[in-house]
Amino acid sequence: MVTASPDDGPRPPYEGASVEVPALTREVVLRVAGLRKVYSQLIAVDGVSFDVHRNEVVGLLGPNGAGKTTTLNMILGVLSPTAGSVLIGGMDLARQRARALAQANFSAVYASLPGNLSVVQNLRFFGLVYGIPELGRRVAELLRQFDLERLRDTKCGLLSSGEQTRVALAKAVLNRPRLLLLDEPTASLDPAAAQTIRTRIRNLAVESGCGILWTSHNMYEVEEVCDRVLFLSRGRILLEGDPRRLPREHGTGTLEELFIRLAREPLREQPLEHAE
Amino acid sequence: MRLKPVMGILLRQFYLIRGSPVRSFPMFAWVAIDIVVWGFITRYLNSMAAGRFNYVPSLLGAVLMWDFFTRIMQGVSTAFLEDVWSRNFLNLFATPLTIAEYILGLVITSIGTSAVGLAVMLVLATAVFGLSFFSLGILLVPFLLVLFGFGIALGVLASALVLRLGPASEWLVWPLPALLSPFVGVFYPLATLPRWMQGVGHLLPPSYVFEGMRAVLAGHSLSSGGLAAGGALAAVDILLAGYFFARVFRYAIRTGLLARYSAESTA
Repeated sequence: MVTASPDDGPRPPYEGASVEVPALTREVVLRVAGLRKVYSQLIAVDGVSFDVHRNEVVGLLGPNGAGKTTTLNMILGVLSPTAGSVLIGGMDLARQRARALAQANFSAVYASLPGNLSVVQNLRFFGLVYGIPELGRRVAELLRQFDLERLRDTKCGLLSSGEQTRVALAKAVLNRPRLLLLDEPTASLDPAAAQTIRTRIRNLAVESGCGILWTSHNMYEVEEVCDRVLFLSRGRILLEGDPRRLPREHGTGTLEELFIRLAREPLREQPLEHAE
Repeated sequence: MRLKPVMGILLRQFYLIRGSPVRSFPMFAWVAIDIVVWGFITRYLNSMAAGRFNYVPSLLGAVLMWDFFTRIMQGVSTAFLEDVWSRNFLNLFATPLTIAEYILGLVITSIGTSAVGLAVMLVLATAVFGLSFFSLGILLVPFLLVLFGFGIALGVLASALVLRLGPASEWLVWPLPALLSPFVGVFYPLATLPRWMQGVGHLLPPSYVFEGMRAVLAGHSLSSGGLAAGGALAAVDILLAGYFFARVFRYAIRTGLLARYSAESTA
């Protein structure tokens, strides 16, 4: 596997690591080590290890059933791993669940906010659940930031896909998370709305300093937004690196071609070789 | 335990009830209908008894107490079902919210919603049908507390069952109070029942309340031991229900059931 990302210390011993990048001093907001999930007959995630740093957007890519959502669910604490650990902001999720989850938040296309509450009601509700101080001020700030003031009293179930995505993102940053998990945040958006959301999220990583773990099937989007990508297939990380350099390094024209090649390739015990 | 997350659960239920007559109406409508129906039945029975026996306190009082118990139970389970119906588990349990905070939020919601029902029942039964409920005196407090405790326990148990068995199992948990009612002697002494049913009844806290209420109304002394047993059973049942919910929750996290609850919504 290729590694091409900064780190603040010793990395987990990734299987098959072939290239090491000099370590930089950047805060790790998520450390996943040896994460594994086994159902009775199925290995959904098989020893996945990676870090996400402050200010960094990491793309988690892979074909359907690769284990992306399973990995996200384990990081969110709604699915317990068979083995391995998840540290959010240095807090062990298994031992300090509430403190770890207080530093994270997420948005996923399959987890829309309760449609029977208005925008402002949802933000107040989740704000209390996250224990946000000065909640009124924070909600007003987010309504402005995500252009939701005009929709504040509209029930979330009545909003368009783009508006729902904005509300979900506002909820996702309510607690100023150090780690933000986004599962296909632009999946149901038109290209213009998706572009706006990408810009907002990219700015979030820069301005708020949070680390973002992002899943998407849109390779154009991944190239535009992500600092680093992890290719997951059959529950294992096959490849890691800069999405703008990886295609050339592996002899493909585009990230999409590389994705297709990896998705169709039988799982190897050895890492992919660099194209010379 | 932190106060803000509990307030969050409470606020969410308040928003739902305030903005929806469909939710606020049943808080008092069905119990009011029960009191009216049973009020007229007791009037009729009193006319047949020609003054030899007053059915109002024993029958209407029992209906009022039983409805209070079912409102408590349904208050907890309905508040939980709001999260099932809106497919909110993933949003909710990927937060720092603890199970204890969540359940406490449901319980406080239930206290609020069932207090409305209790007030409506008391006003109707007293003003229209002449029930002097407060003739039970200070005993009213422990009676209601035991029913409250068991209602909470049954509500938490019902919520755990829905979490474990899936959304469709809500149809299984609604009739739980009706399933228990023959065993607890709401309208008749436990001695009326066959021995095996009496055995079941003695394990259920409401039995001690209704036996005690009938004893007081008949002018007999109340068995304080019986009432204490009812209270102790209710406390144990609350602990058992909380433990059961926590176990089911852990199972749901281990097996992916919790994550699938939301994933189903995209199917």
